[in-house]
Amino acid sequence: MSTAAVDVEGAVERALERHRTRPGALLPLLHDVQHELGFIPAESVDAIARGLNLSRAEVHGVITYYTHFRQHAPAAHAVQLCQAEACQSMGAEALAAHAQSRLGCAMNSATDDGRFSLEPVYCLGLCASSPSMMIGERVYARVTPQRFDQLIGALEAGKTR
Amino acid sequence: MSAVATVYVPRDSSARAVGADEVADAIAAEAKRRGQPLRIVRNGSRGLAWLEPLVECAAASGRIGFGPVQPQDVAALFDAGFPDPAALHPLSIGPVEQLPYLKSQQRLTFARIGLTDPVSVEDYVGHEGFAGLRRALQMQPEAIVNEVTASGLRGRGGAAFPTGIKWQTAMRAAATPKYVVCNADEGDSGSFADRLVMESDPLVLIEGMTIAGLAVGAEMGYIYVRSEYPDSVHTLEEAMQAARAAGYLGDNILASGRRFDLEVRVGAGSYVCGEETAMLESLEGRRGIVRAKPPLPAINGLFGQPTAINNVVTLASVPIILARGASFYKDFGVGRSRGTLTVQLAGNVRHGGLIEVAFGVTLRQVLDNWGGGTASGRAVRAIQVGGPLGTYVPPSHWDTPLDYEAYAKFGGVVGHGSVVVHDDTVNLAKMARFAMHFCALESCGKCTPCRIGAVRGEEVIDKIMAGQDTERQITLLRDLCDTMVSGSLCAMGGMTPFPVLSALNHYPEDFQKGSDHASRRNPQKPAAVA
Repeated sequence: MSTAAVDVEGAVERALERHRTRPGALLPLLHDVQHELGFIPAESVDAIARGLNLSRAEVHGVITYYTHFRQHAPAAHAVQLCQAEACQSMGAEALAAHAQSRLGCAMNSATDDGRFSLEPVYCLGLCASSPSMMIGERVYARVTPQRFDQLIGALEAGKTR
Repeated sequence: MSAVATVYVPRDSSARAVGADEVADAIAAEAKRRGQPLRIVRNGSRGLAWLEPLVECAAASGRIGFGPVQPQDVAALFDAGFPDPAALHPLSIGPVEQLPYLKSQQRLTFARIGLTDPVSVEDYVGHEGFAGLRRALQMQPEAIVNEVTASGLRGRGGAAFPTGIKWQTAMRAAATPKYVVCNADEGDSGSFADRLVMESDPLVLIEGMTIAGLAVGAEMGYIYVRSEYPDSVHTLEEAMQAARAAGYLGDNILASGRRFDLEVRVGAGSYVCGEETAMLESLEGRRGIVRAKPPLPAINGLFGQPTAINNVVTLASVPIILARGASFYKDFGVGRSRGTLTVQLAGNVRHGGLIEVAFGVTLRQVLDNWGGGTASGRAVRAIQVGGPLGTYVPPSHWDTPLDYEAYAKFGGVVGHGSVVVHDDTVNLAKMARFAMHFCALESCGKCTPCRIGAVRGEEVIDKIMAGQDTERQITLLRDLCDTMVSGSLCAMGGMTPFPVLSALNHYPEDFQKGSDHASRRNPQKPAAVA
């Protein structure tokens, strides 16, 4: 996805329309922009800052502080593996090693074709069914390497669910 | 069967994460194929994680369970007679409420989870819902605050501060408007009680916040939910809409002339935003940087106004206190830890899940009566209680009652009650290193002991594990931990040393070079464990 192909101006305008008058509007607004565009492009910062009467530094500071906000177009499927204590006790590290070799990309990077990215996440609240992971907004628990392969295989084959 | 059979399939993310949606679809498809009319209710989770997806059938005597059900089991279930509750199938677990795991609990805050459709106001009211709010609407603010104070309720998010005192401070503050803020940034590994409330009984949180609003004089509340919980956000939004439509939220609550409304705000992946002042910064649209206290948020909080900030489970415990009275709630528990603790049993354990019991239960009882052993079948070696900032509790304290004061006495932390079990393949030096690593990742950066200390802590533990000048490095690590405990602004830097020092004190052998339990004890591959 190139940024030229997306309607950055429109996305910011729509988000401002919804949130401008709300106290503490910046996070809800950034969530909406990211929801629509998949990320928060650098060229949106100026319009957001003007719309909320903030400095560009304040907006940039918030975007870069929170790991959830992305500054670049994401992979089609963002795979987040929980690496926190409860999942570690159930083999999260081994699962991470498996995931990296199955997808052929390291943690905090994406596959060459841009279809999958792999990131650690610290707790999905499924600690009694560890190890867990999230793909997009869907969570999976009791993930074995076999189940991981099945899920990735289904996504590769284009089955969404 | 005369009437249409009712089948329950949970919609909570702990059920969806192991295939509940697919199971619900498969049940609907199979019923259709067989021409059997069927009503599927997407209920909340009972909190028995290992049985999810736990499918239940309504019977005259209660509910009969089957679990864990996978889509491929559905046809055979129907062959065995399902949804007739008398169906016999290898996945039958009988009457759900008779399961020892549930029967031995004292579910007060979580009385409804799994029983009701989480977003049905009718279902909620049918199970004692809004009784607390109805009573609160007849009371003066002071009386509500006094009731909460008398119940002995303390902050369930971990800090255990008396809820009534906090509310009193906000109530007495003169400035208006005031706010109620629910801290639903449940970032601690091992804890999932907040998530269960939001996804399995969100109306109890809505009721609790409304009562808090009446008590402190706030007309607006915010629920700050972490972005890692999309299901919680959706379920809360649905429940808020239903509550508004039924007159339990809005400009004129139950025609009382009182006003209270709520808004969900979504975090963005910052652990430290679970600290209340960082959360306020985030709600105000800034980086989640911790504020120095004072001023107390109860006096000068959100947008500079008086704000009652409470954790999800704390607020969800308020309705039953108002409905049944302070003394009912206070009768549970020990010492100054009154009411119930929501033990969240997690990690390497066969029967993980939510265990709500009176304070005073011991870790050994939790393991023996509920845990069912480790998932790996190996011996338990260490248990971390109270989240990533809690200590690793060695076997010598497994008989100490889970009580805030009893734990504090040996340097432990009950916190929110999460219990993460590790088997004998765990290396505690590695876990200590992880604690420092996590602090380095998540530190907001405001104070030096946390921002720099965590990075140095990781390096020092690396040297210890490599056997470089071990004794001196251990002295250095203790010194560093001391600085972090005494010099940090909030619990992130101030408590990261807790797991580190407990690992070092109770499992010193793991800090010797080449001490790798994983290789020494020849374990089975953990990931291969079912």
